[in-house]
Amino acid sequence: MAAEPVDVLIVGAGASGAAVAWSLAETRMRIVCLEQGGWMNPAEYPSSGRDWEARAHGDFSISPNRRGRVTDYPVNDDDSPISVANFNAVGGSTILYAGHFPRFHPSDFRVRTLDGVADDWPIDFETLAPYYAENDRMMGVSGLAGDPANPPHQPPLPPLPLGKSGQALAKGFNRLGWHWWPSDTAIATAPYDGRDRCVNLGACSTGCAQGAKGSTDITYWPHAMRAGVEVRARCRVREITVDDRDMATGVIYHDADGVEHEQRAHVVVIACNGVGTPRLLLNSRSSRFPDGLANRSGLVGKNLMFHPYAAIYGVFEEPMDGYRGPGLCIWSQEFYETGAERDFVRGYTFECGRGRGAVATALSGMMSDRIPFGIDHHRAYRAMFNRMAGMVGICEDLPEEHNTVTLDPERTDSDGIPAPKVTYRLSENSRRMLDHAVDRGTEVLRAAGAVDIVTQSPIPQGGWHLMGTARMGTDPETSVVNEWGRSHDVRNLFVVDGSLFVTCAGVNPTRTIQALALYVADSMKQRLANLFD
Amino acid sequence: MSDDFISSDRGLPAAHRELLRSFAGAVVPASAEYGVPGADDEKVAADIAASAAGSADEVAAGLAALDTLSKDAYGAAFMALDGTGRLAAATAFRDAHRELAAPLIALVAQCYYRDERVMAALGMEPRPPYPEGFEVEQGDWSLLDPVRRRARLYR
Repeated sequence: MAAEPVDVLIVGAGASGAAVAWSLAETRMRIVCLEQGGWMNPAEYPSSGRDWEARAHGDFSISPNRRGRVTDYPVNDDDSPISVANFNAVGGSTILYAGHFPRFHPSDFRVRTLDGVADDWPIDFETLAPYYAENDRMMGVSGLAGDPANPPHQPPLPPLPLGKSGQALAKGFNRLGWHWWPSDTAIATAPYDGRDRCVNLGACSTGCAQGAKGSTDITYWPHAMRAGVEVRARCRVREITVDDRDMATGVIYHDADGVEHEQRAHVVVIACNGVGTPRLLLNSRSSRFPDGLANRSGLVGKNLMFHPYAAIYGVFEEPMDGYRGPGLCIWSQEFYETGAERDFVRGYTFECGRGRGAVATALSGMMSDRIPFGIDHHRAYRAMFNRMAGMVGICEDLPEEHNTVTLDPERTDSDGIPAPKVTYRLSENSRRMLDHAVDRGTEVLRAAGAVDIVTQSPIPQGGWHLMGTARMGTDPETSVVNEWGRSHDVRNLFVVDGSLFVTCAGVNPTRTIQALALYVADSMKQRLANLFD
Repeated sequence: MSDDFISSDRGLPAAHRELLRSFAGAVVPASAEYGVPGADDEKVAADIAASAAGSADEVAAGLAALDTLSKDAYGAAFMALDGTGRLAAATAFRDAHRELAAPLIALVAQCYYRDERVMAALGMEPRPPYPEGFEVEQGDWSLLDPVRRRARLYR
């Protein structure tokens, strides 16, 4: 028997689901969020054990295929040079993200107008600006005001320390006269909203046992739940149901025991990000929507964007921070905006890292032949241990319809729900941008005093950012949802995650995903009387 | 592949444990100069064997390839080679079969570099990061002065 209908049903409790739930809670509507993952116990995060680096390749791997938790779904990314990274839990991928928290630039919303590629967004930076600020307050962002590469804003907490690595790299940028600035991060540098300050565990990407990193299970969700939102963990949605008026009626989901339930709802909000959202829509086929729900444009699952990453690391003669401290420290946007002298359009951000742990140093050294087997291992290892620092170049990807998320004809999750299949090609523009990042990153490291450079481009496991597969726009022929996140085809169905992105900028997307979720929620609240018109 | 290399869900077979231990010793031998055990040290090897049980199929495939290469290129099973031969075979294995070698090398690195004797020799406190954490210096913020003087960079 179907449960009583709720006012708003949110699918996914990650970055965007948490933000939209918190914002809508003030309406006093009955709001339920279904999340296929469980609640995490920070006491069980890897940094509580000496095996923390090993667990980053096991039960806390960024790859759902490697991790293989019962709460995960497999992703067929065999036909992509970049594999998908995510996490399924209350908090979603913010459990494992590094906490890098840049904003888009105003130009990122106007790429067609400014650079003649892709499409402009239906909204602009100024529209999102107040939601960026609100989200910064909720997530507890650390940073330093005054960055000449970004519109003025005041992070609520002071920046992370520069450390040995940040200083060395900053000197390199200064010698070349290039921009750098302390990174904005979702890591609390002082006690904030019940969270303790960062104590430099250095294991951010396997979950923060200290609770300093802003994952949404400890930022938005406690506030949303106190305001009355119900979270049902370990509930995996199979499909969204619709009636003969093209209105969503609710969802069918499986609980932790695999038992099927129906939950009816007046409004359905999807917050499963750039792979999970198209997977759910494509799995929600019906006679009214034979090609997948809300897919009369044919664009659900198309225009998938990653951020292609290049890694450029240097070996220094003097000690760096190594395994101490968050990987994040400073960034550079010297090559962010389109440059007429370059052989690519758009640009990238350098995001600098402090160093590597003891195991990661050994692994990268042995696999790159810099640390030999045998008795010479020890000398070569000590030349690299705590002596590496560098950066990644995070490159703007452009939307291309042939980069897709579809349904795999064979693979399923543990509930028998078809898994997603990713088909992706690295564009020539991205390849040129990656090459530029490797060359310029090498220059910085040499200027900073590095005696050896190790590069990887693209990073094959680097599909952290999943965007563009249910894009927003004003034209139902060329977009899946409208300019405030409502499906063109199903008037009580909303999308609030990274699949909304028209273009993806050259920065990490979480801050913008959450600002968008707050903006969509606000748009809904302003239209409650005629939300479905 | 011989029957010796059929994996078991009860942990690694004895033949796998011995071969993996020998491989680990070739990769990271003991060093009197640095005062550290080798990765074939009894305690480290036990950690490697226990950790390998969760990926027994990957380990079995890697060990089988190592032994095949050893026989083909060096005329004897890996265990039958002397120290010089094992080092040469292990290095050739890494170079020729990187995907198969990577899980074995990862096991060695993960277990060796969390051994408390090795951590102490590197100047690390033999403890997990949490709860004490680590100190990171603030650094010299005056390095930002030339950047502060730059004009607006964004469009």
